[in-house]
Amino acid sequence: MSTNQIGKPTNRVDGRAKVTGEAKYAAEFHVPDLAHGVVVNSAIAKGKIKKIDTSKAMAVEGVFKVITHENRKDYACYDKDFKDMDAPPGSPFRPLYNGNILFNMQPVALVVAETLELARYAATLVEVAYEEEAHETDFEANRGEAYVPEKYNSTTPPKPWGNPEEALAKADVKVEVEYAHPTEHHNPMEMHATVAVWEENGKLTVYDKIQGVENTLQYITSSFGLPKEKVHVLSPFVGGAFGSGLRPQYQSFLAVLAALELKRPVRVMLTRPQMFSFGHRPRTTQRFALGASKDGKLEALIQDVFAETSTFEDYSEDVVIWPGLLYKCDNMKFSHKLVALDEYTPLDMRAPGGTTGIFALESAVDELAYKLGMDPLVFRLKNYTDKDQNNDLPFSSKELRACYIQGAEKFGWEQRSKEPRSMRNGHQLVGWGVAHGAWEAQQAKASAKAVLTTDGKLTISSATADIGTGTYTVMTQIAAETLGLPLEDVTFKLGDTSLPFAPLEGGSKTVSTVGSAVKKVCEKIGEKLLRLAQQQANSPLKDAELKDVTFTDGRLHLKSDTAKAVSFKEIMQLGQREQLEEEVSSKPSEEQKKFARFAHSVAFVEVKVDEDLGAIQVSRIVTAIAGGRIINPKTAKSQIMGAAVWGIGVALEEESVMDNNYGRFMNHDLEKYHVPVNADVHDIDVIFVEEQDTIVNALGAKGLGEIGIVSIAPAIVNAVFHATGKRIRHLPIKLDKLL
Amino acid sequence: MKDKLEKEKEAAQPRALPPKQTVTLTINGTERQLELEPWVSLLDMLREQLHLTGTKVGCNHGQCGACTILLDGKRINSCLTLAVMHDGAEITTIEGLAKDGELHPVQQGFIVHDAFQCGYCTPGQICSVVGLVSEGKARTLDDIRDLMSGNICRCGAYNNIVKVVQEELERSKAQ
Repeated sequence: MSTNQIGKPTNRVDGRAKVTGEAKYAAEFHVPDLAHGVVVNSAIAKGKIKKIDTSKAMAVEGVFKVITHENRKDYACYDKDFKDMDAPPGSPFRPLYNGNILFNMQPVALVVAETLELARYAATLVEVAYEEEAHETDFEANRGEAYVPEKYNSTTPPKPWGNPEEALAKADVKVEVEYAHPTEHHNPMEMHATVAVWEENGKLTVYDKIQGVENTLQYITSSFGLPKEKVHVLSPFVGGAFGSGLRPQYQSFLAVLAALELKRPVRVMLTRPQMFSFGHRPRTTQRFALGASKDGKLEALIQDVFAETSTFEDYSEDVVIWPGLLYKCDNMKFSHKLVALDEYTPLDMRAPGGTTGIFALESAVDELAYKLGMDPLVFRLKNYTDKDQNNDLPFSSKELRACYIQGAEKFGWEQRSKEPRSMRNGHQLVGWGVAHGAWEAQQAKASAKAVLTTDGKLTISSATADIGTGTYTVMTQIAAETLGLPLEDVTFKLGDTSLPFAPLEGGSKTVSTVGSAVKKVCEKIGEKLLRLAQQQANSPLKDAELKDVTFTDGRLHLKSDTAKAVSFKEIMQLGQREQLEEEVSSKPSEEQKKFARFAHSVAFVEVKVDEDLGAIQVSRIVTAIAGGRIINPKTAKSQIMGAAVWGIGVALEEESVMDNNYGRFMNHDLEKYHVPVNADVHDIDVIFVEEQDTIVNALGAKGLGEIGIVSIAPAIVNAVFHATGKRIRHLPIKLDKLL
Repeated sequence: MKDKLEKEKEAAQPRALPPKQTVTLTINGTERQLELEPWVSLLDMLREQLHLTGTKVGCNHGQCGACTILLDGKRINSCLTLAVMHDGAEITTIEGLAKDGELHPVQQGFIVHDAFQCGYCTPGQICSVVGLVSEGKARTLDDIRDLMSGNICRCGAYNNIVKVVQEELERSKAQ
């Protein structure tokens, strides 16, 4: 393995396709006779459709059909048939099922026409009369109705330990506060789109925006009662998703519905406002009670969470697991209740629960540290935990201390002035803040296939996704390293249901999950090569075991004697093989269950706040990550930087504002829903600390898609406090909150 | 009653489509004559009729910059203008930047600096950088950040994009 592909800052293998416009995203697969579908959404949040008049739309020349609940074809009616791989407990929403309106902007009709312009125009002619009912979308007003769900789709909140109330009562210093975090929408740059191609023989090819083609396959086949072998789902490029593509969204279903009905290919692409009509990061309110002794030992922690969900599914996420992972404390207690509202079900959004929970936890800890008169970093060191107290397990690895040390040094934390409002730069108040965080490092089951041909080219495949995370690139690196091939001789294929199974790309587990399968299948090919070589009389490798040989530059040689070598090509020619093929499945080891497996991070942030105007600039971020082995430092750094940009959005910009009169998110476009732009971003330094982990998976890599976001927002909040002396507990911090 | 009758009558009549117009455009160096309805945006003409899907759609409202192209050398949001308004214009899209298979230095810069992740905003970012450099207004780092703020990158590759712009500004000065 001397090619050393792992650990190299390789350029993305799909880079050329992306910078030339050759990379095709879901909506971009053109086929002859493609019809265009445009969705009509409900104008009310709750009630019934009294009448839906499609005649004007149908009268437009070039309109093929307006599909509604009244004229749609038959499809499955049971909840189980609509449960996709990421469905929370409850009754999934079924597009155009009946005339009941469950949320504002619910799809009520699909206009299918010859051109996109015609479909858009005709969609404005569909007239819907409603029987409106009173809706409940006001989160705070409905908090009294909060309930404990029958089943959490996230981790069940940890059982309490110690005696938190008593310890809190006795504590020298206390913080009892409430934090709030608004609803946010993913808003990937590519809007959700699906092209469904119906063929004469009844076969259906679906190009979908999805974080795992298997999910669309399962959803489409079960909801329409189609045999799996008749449906082929493809998704070679995904223009960002951040969780929005975990579940097949309604455009998938509607495109397929129309294609089956019209017996022709149909495309449905959502508009930007429609991107606010499905899953979102749920709003939460969190009550924190913390108690510490005078010398800064955390004595008690109580976290009570209220989070929104829909009336038809109980969505929950891991908001309350973080204190037990991040602070040593003998008395902790948690609750997590849901508030059901007349809106669509929330959906995992980059570090679901972590972004939310760690923001509040790290803000509360900062408040406590200030009350104690302690450096917040010193407080974290004093209360460091080497154990996951939720499950009483040791960590498989946890180099968070190294993150503190290296991050603090790079940032210059020791020069921090203690008091709030004590640093300035002209009319700007300067503040420094710190926060840390964790994110799960899971592995799931996955399969991969490898084909090695006599020309020395290796093709690896698995039905996973690359949503911008770098899957194409890192899998190519892992395969090239394992079989000692140059990068350009390896091709990795994904996003296709004809390939071996892979789970959804989510939860920062793809490198761990698919990477392990890729490594394993390449090792199998290596073993095959050795056995084949040994079939030859006088093979220089005759008595060698697998451990005795190395794969380098398309050759197999003895570790002890590099001269005893034979090329892959030679092995296959002599063995009379056109190609070698292997398919394997890999799964997490039993050993993993004995450990808590998490990546860790710390963020140091500098903000500059205009004293008169309240405008906030995040002038500097240093974030240190303990994420196990880094497969590609270049793409890894990009992911962490991007997540830091997300953290800026969470802290200062993003908020989906519910208009409770209409029960609709009123800022449903990119003009009014603010995400960070180039001018909002300044210095971001990323440090990867050395971390060895032999437990998490065979690669020792932890996955980096989410760990980068969790500690950024609280570090910004804490820096704003340090700059201004104002503790803002309701995100986002817009300038009006500082004036 | 009359209203209702009129409405029904109206509903029964097929709506007249706007007549097509002839537009001549030079797209990526090739002159093309197109018959277009006046309601077709430049963006939809490229993507839907010419299948030049390198130009992306992210909002259709000029809020995201994914559809940025070069119109007579200037960067514009192609979603905000109708194709029939540009008879005789010269258009360069992402598909027209590479010459004879050789990438434009900005395209190469995006790969080397990893100035993208999902790649969806990338064609618009690249066209925007090319347009920005020829405008000659960007002098400082803050200028670059401001003048590139019409192109949203949800993956957050901004700092790497800025590196490409700086490099391209240097290169253009040296020429």
